[in-house]
Amino acid sequence: MAAITLKDINKTYGDGFRAVQDVNLEIADGEFVILVGPSGCGKSTLLRMIVGLEDITSGEMFIGGQRVNEKAPRDRNLSMVFQNYALYPHLTVYENIAFPLRLSKTPDKEVDERVRRAADLLELNEHLERKPANLSGGQRQRVAMGRAIVREAQAFLFDEPLSNLDAKLRGQMRTEISRLQKRLGITTVYVTHDQVEAMTLGDRVVVLRRGVVQQVATPRELYENPVNLFVAGFIGSPPMNFISATVVGGRLHTPFGEWTLPESRSADLSGREVVLIGARPEAFEDASIVSDTVRDHGVVFDATIDVTEWLGNEQYAYVPYEAPEDIRAQLAELERELDSEALRTQLVVALDASSRIPEGTPASLWLDLRRVHVFDPETGENLTVKAMAQRGEATPEPARGNGGPPAEPGDSPAEPAAP
Amino acid sequence: MDEGQLSRGTKAWWWVAGIAVIVYALFPVAWIVSLSFKTPSDLANLQFLPTNWVWDNYDNILVGDAQNLFLSALRNSVGISLIATFISVVLATFAAYAIARLDFPGKRLILTTALAVAIFPVISIVTPLFNLWRNIGLYDTWPGLIIPYLSLTLPISIWTLSAFFRQIPWELEQAAQVDGATTWQAFRKVIVPLATPGVFTTAIISFFIAWNDFVYGISLTSTEAARPVPAALAFFTGASQFEEPTGAIAAAAVVVTIPVVILVLLFQRRIVSGLTQGAVKG
Repeated sequence: MAAITLKDINKTYGDGFRAVQDVNLEIADGEFVILVGPSGCGKSTLLRMIVGLEDITSGEMFIGGQRVNEKAPRDRNLSMVFQNYALYPHLTVYENIAFPLRLSKTPDKEVDERVRRAADLLELNEHLERKPANLSGGQRQRVAMGRAIVREAQAFLFDEPLSNLDAKLRGQMRTEISRLQKRLGITTVYVTHDQVEAMTLGDRVVVLRRGVVQQVATPRELYENPVNLFVAGFIGSPPMNFISATVVGGRLHTPFGEWTLPESRSADLSGREVVLIGARPEAFEDASIVSDTVRDHGVVFDATIDVTEWLGNEQYAYVPYEAPEDIRAQLAELERELDSEALRTQLVVALDASSRIPEGTPASLWLDLRRVHVFDPETGENLTVKAMAQRGEATPEPARGNGGPPAEPGDSPAEPAAP
Repeated sequence: MDEGQLSRGTKAWWWVAGIAVIVYALFPVAWIVSLSFKTPSDLANLQFLPTNWVWDNYDNILVGDAQNLFLSALRNSVGISLIATFISVVLATFAAYAIARLDFPGKRLILTTALAVAIFPVISIVTPLFNLWRNIGLYDTWPGLIIPYLSLTLPISIWTLSAFFRQIPWELEQAAQVDGATTWQAFRKVIVPLATPGVFTTAIISFFIAWNDFVYGISLTSTEAARPVPAALAFFTGASQFEEPTGAIAAAAVVVTIPVVILVLLFQRRIVSGLTQGAVKG
């Protein structure tokens, strides 16, 4: 078990492509850290640099306080679960799990003991004599995990281990990995492009975009205080809504009316003409069922809902609207980076399941202004979070590649002014 | 394992088709076997089975008049084919491993050259080779046949082996390294066991090519020093000059087929494909 430290890590390929840029990260002993981002963001490359399968172009890597830049994978004492499991097809499940122990010349008795213990933990006992070809996807995945945990490695590395499983099994294995990590208490780095895995598994999440760290924070912090448009758009499903607004004397003119931000969310708007307002779907509500005590904290506006999706516990309503051309183009670009495609500018609004707003009619919606963010459309920076940081209300971690050690319970960032 | 699910009609048709193929393929072999047991007077009697089963033809080639001709040819064939196969498999294994695993300039060139060599007609190079071999003293020697055989076996070996190596997931080797293996251990404990069926398949194909060659065998040899079996058969003579050596040739053909059959039966289990199945998902 060990801490992993990355200092100014860079990866440049032969053709000049910079896959990873200036990554600084401190992973504490026993911490579960997620590397997340859309495809091609460098998260797998980073993981493979930690394990030693990719060379480090520049920067330093320390595992357990020791510099490992020049060490071969086998000298780093890490164990890894590959995306496609990489089981040895000519060996039985038992020998697959025992493989790392055999290489280290462990006595047979101890090998047997430890393989059986790992098999117990992963419920593989009845499959020990079978070959990987005869196992189901979930079983193969567990064998790969068994091979990783059988050895006393300094850290576990997971490279999208669940992406080949079907949805139901993925959910089960996710819980299983979380349980296993808590039980063994081993430092874990986990790569995924699935934000549900990122949010549920990690102590801290590292969001990467084109090889650059965007934000390193707890899942809650990422969700509530994203530092920029990219993180805001990436974390959360359905994603955050972005509404363009023109600034007129400290007030915001939006397609849905004129809004004034409350003190707690105000940002420095001086000298700006256009900003983007970010609001998560659940910041909206059907105006008719908002209680009077909170109504004053938000604004009520009229909008035409064209489609609603009722899911039982809640419902989503879609409100198309017209946005200026340049803002549209920018939002489309952001969507493309996030591996999705925006067909139209629309609000996705989460309404209470009891709301009975009919489709295709103008309805009255309420937006909680205490939960909106203001973004700079050019740089993507979250002005609200920046202003809060300056006021000292919250301390979101710095944006660019400065993942500090995990926050101690005592100094966790203050909750933003939500009730 | 799907047999149980086939309907009875379909199953019957498979049997009929299978038998037809087997008869078509094995009938000439059976004819030769039957010829080899016939007496000279029986040869042209248009009967499938010999009227008298005799071992005369086998006596003739193994202990009789044709003994010198046949046994030395058999020794040459076995020796030359085995050496050519061994060299070609070793070289092709290294080449194919590099082609499948490394990115180096000229990789495509090697593959296309190999293909070009493979499609080059043997007959067009045999005459210049004949002259060259005589000048440098390789004519009628084992190396004089092994080298041209390599030009036949190497291209196909490189192609089959590189295709085979490409199927072995690269990640297995990386997984082994992360698990604590050196490069050599990863190669020996993971790659070699997975590559063995491919290497055996290639070896057998190479051996057949060398074993069956006739053009080089007859053109580049003149004596028993290096003449292989297919060429030697052409030099068989009957008991008198009016007698065709058909029986002896048939017996020799049966004898040279036996090692090939044994080889295939021996390594049949090794050539099972799909051993890599289950390494990775999908």
